[in-house]
Amino acid sequence: MSERTGKQIVRPYGDTTGDGMVQVSFTLPVAHDKRAEGAAVQLANKMGIDPAMVVHAKPMGDGFTFFVVYGRVNHLVDLNAVQVVERDFALLSAKEVNTVVKQRLRRKLSVVGACIGTDAHTVGIDAILNVKGIAGEKGLEYYRELKVTNLGAQVSVPELVEAARVEKADAVLVSQVVTQRDAHLHNTREMSAAFREAMPAGRRPLLIVGGPRFDESMTDELGVDRIFGRGTTPGEVASYLVHALITQRKVNA
Amino acid sequence: MTGKLDLDPVLVARARELARRAGQPVVDLARSHTTVSVERAVLRLAGVTGADPDGIPWVNRLVDAVAADVGLGHGVAVPVFDALAREGGTDVTLLAQKAAAGSVRFDLPTGRAATAARSAARRAVGAGIRRIDRRRAERDRLIKRHGDPKQRPWIYLIVATGDIYEDIPQAQAAARAGADVIAVIRSTGQSLLDYVPEGATREGFAGTYATQENFRLMRAALDESSREVGRYVRLTNYASGLCMPEMATLAGLERLDMMLNDSMYGILFRDINPVRTFVDQRFSRQVHARAGIIINTGEDNYLTTADAVDEAHTVTVSQLLNEFFAHEAGLADWQLGLGHAFEINPEVPESFRLELAHALLARELFPDAPLKWMPPTKHMTGDVFRGNLLDGFFNLAGALTGQGILLVGMMTEAVVTPWLSDRDIALQNVRYVLGAAGGLHEDFVPAPDGFIRRRANQVLGEALDLLERIGEQTLLTAIAEGTFGIMKRPADRGKGLSGVAAHEADYCNPATDILEAAA
Repeated sequence: MSERTGKQIVRPYGDTTGDGMVQVSFTLPVAHDKRAEGAAVQLANKMGIDPAMVVHAKPMGDGFTFFVVYGRVNHLVDLNAVQVVERDFALLSAKEVNTVVKQRLRRKLSVVGACIGTDAHTVGIDAILNVKGIAGEKGLEYYRELKVTNLGAQVSVPELVEAARVEKADAVLVSQVVTQRDAHLHNTREMSAAFREAMPAGRRPLLIVGGPRFDESMTDELGVDRIFGRGTTPGEVASYLVHALITQRKVNA
Repeated sequence: MTGKLDLDPVLVARARELARRAGQPVVDLARSHTTVSVERAVLRLAGVTGADPDGIPWVNRLVDAVAADVGLGHGVAVPVFDALAREGGTDVTLLAQKAAAGSVRFDLPTGRAATAARSAARRAVGAGIRRIDRRRAERDRLIKRHGDPKQRPWIYLIVATGDIYEDIPQAQAAARAGADVIAVIRSTGQSLLDYVPEGATREGFAGTYATQENFRLMRAALDESSREVGRYVRLTNYASGLCMPEMATLAGLERLDMMLNDSMYGILFRDINPVRTFVDQRFSRQVHARAGIIINTGEDNYLTTADAVDEAHTVTVSQLLNEFFAHEAGLADWQLGLGHAFEINPEVPESFRLELAHALLARELFPDAPLKWMPPTKHMTGDVFRGNLLDGFFNLAGALTGQGILLVGMMTEAVVTPWLSDRDIALQNVRYVLGAAGGLHEDFVPAPDGFIRRRANQVLGEALDLLERIGEQTLLTAIAEGTFGIMKRPADRGKGLSGVAAHEADYCNPATDILEAAA
């Protein structure tokens, strides 16, 4: 993207550049009447939407009203002030990944994956690991030079550490979907602490967590090497593995 | 409504026969083993209630104490009632408390003591089963008074706040908004607890703990709602995981109306030991049969991990197996809420016609079962607008193929646990489709030799092939090798295996005796 100096301002786009139009919906715990609609407008105004049009108001059950509001938002966004984790590695095809592993690691790269804690949602880890994959991309099991062990759901942290040891894991992938009471954060911290305790720094596998509700910039706080968020594909994970374990690092094969 | 797909009756009969052949060895296994949870269910029927100060139920303490003294393979009923007679008491819960304190020793009585213990156990357990019978009669009376839902499919809605006192007003609001069945989702991970928590609970993860008291509170609230809305509002919970038999028993005692109860879900998705699951499942289904509870099976889950087109036949196979196991345990067709789901990738060409073919196949194979139709989850992307459209097509497929129970899809699936407004919008979607096209199944007859008929027959053919392959090995091997839902689950692995025991020659379980005598 462009240089990081100056400002690059954008506003939401309805049907004309700069019109700032947005659409929001919400529920207020009040019965539907004129006052409720006024309350919706007031809320929209406080959200920076002015003028706000209540285009739909519908009573729901006892004492609740659902609103759809359209209007112009007066906030501005400076694209140059946006901070995201940009991909800092090259995207490789499955064939390229296999070639790099074969030529430079000269053994199979071992990956151990699991859902830890009480999380039973294997959707994420399976999308990355199963041959089936996601979004037309095959999962890591499909990569000839990767040895994948998928421990499945509700794996305890000690089980995971043990499996990583047995499989001589180069990387450990953990998926966390359930986020009630920040379970995903607690579980991840517990996991990374257990690996730090069980293995010396040089021998520790690469720790990767993924899930739809992670903040990708929290790696240090959670004690992991990489966080992948919503929409990550197996190809990105494989490319990252090659980057972090081989091309960026001198491997002791 | 039969004959829309021109299924070959010889093939259908063959499929059932193969399912029986695959399932029978598992039934034999179930008949010759018991588990800690089966034994705890027997004690619950015999009247043991409550938990110790740490929240561990007295049934757990008592079963553990008996197993420590004489093992599990004889059943706990005789040793417990023998000890009760020796202690000179009548209160089994008190005996459990003494046993937990280590002041009771359990033995295997012989002669007259054994006969006396057997008949005392049978009396106590029989009283528990009569309580279940009374709850069933009560349900029949209430249905007669308030009536069933006016339309099919019944509208099934989930609540899951984690707090039973928050669930109750949500469930009542849902009933007012048109829900016919309320399911209270359990706290994540409850299926892996080897005990049933006690009391009313206000803290859960992504769901509310299933406890006897929570069951009672919610049923009472929905009885109130039934009076208010003029139709009997049904209540659903889960007989799955490590405590299947106890969940079924508590559901029977508290007049729950439906229970999730799949024959293989725990094995495949929770990594519960296969033998443990099949033993627990058989007992739980016998209780459900007696209690007049409709079971919901979990075939929808396969399609969340496997491809809904390539693996469509595994759903059919699982439905046939679930049917076999259910009939064997004494469940009638009206109690079989066999599951399937609308999970085909919407990007696949003709995806809706494929869905119709699969849904109609299930309808025609199981004409007397109230099929449970599950909404899209896998291809819900967070685009709530597209999700609402997809749910509309799901609802339409349900109406067109005469599904019995429709789980209301949420366009915020995969985004948040449903908000009040999500539920309202989703119910509006269902009401629109059922109102606009509720009777369209009368006119919907797929063209002879058309796409839908060909697809349905192809899936049936693939199901037969798979059943033939399972028949050549065994069901347990097939599960071990990852035939269903990709996961591989060997019979000597998985959670809960330590709680399984083979029957000794003198194994006694008065509950099974009574339940099987009636069947």
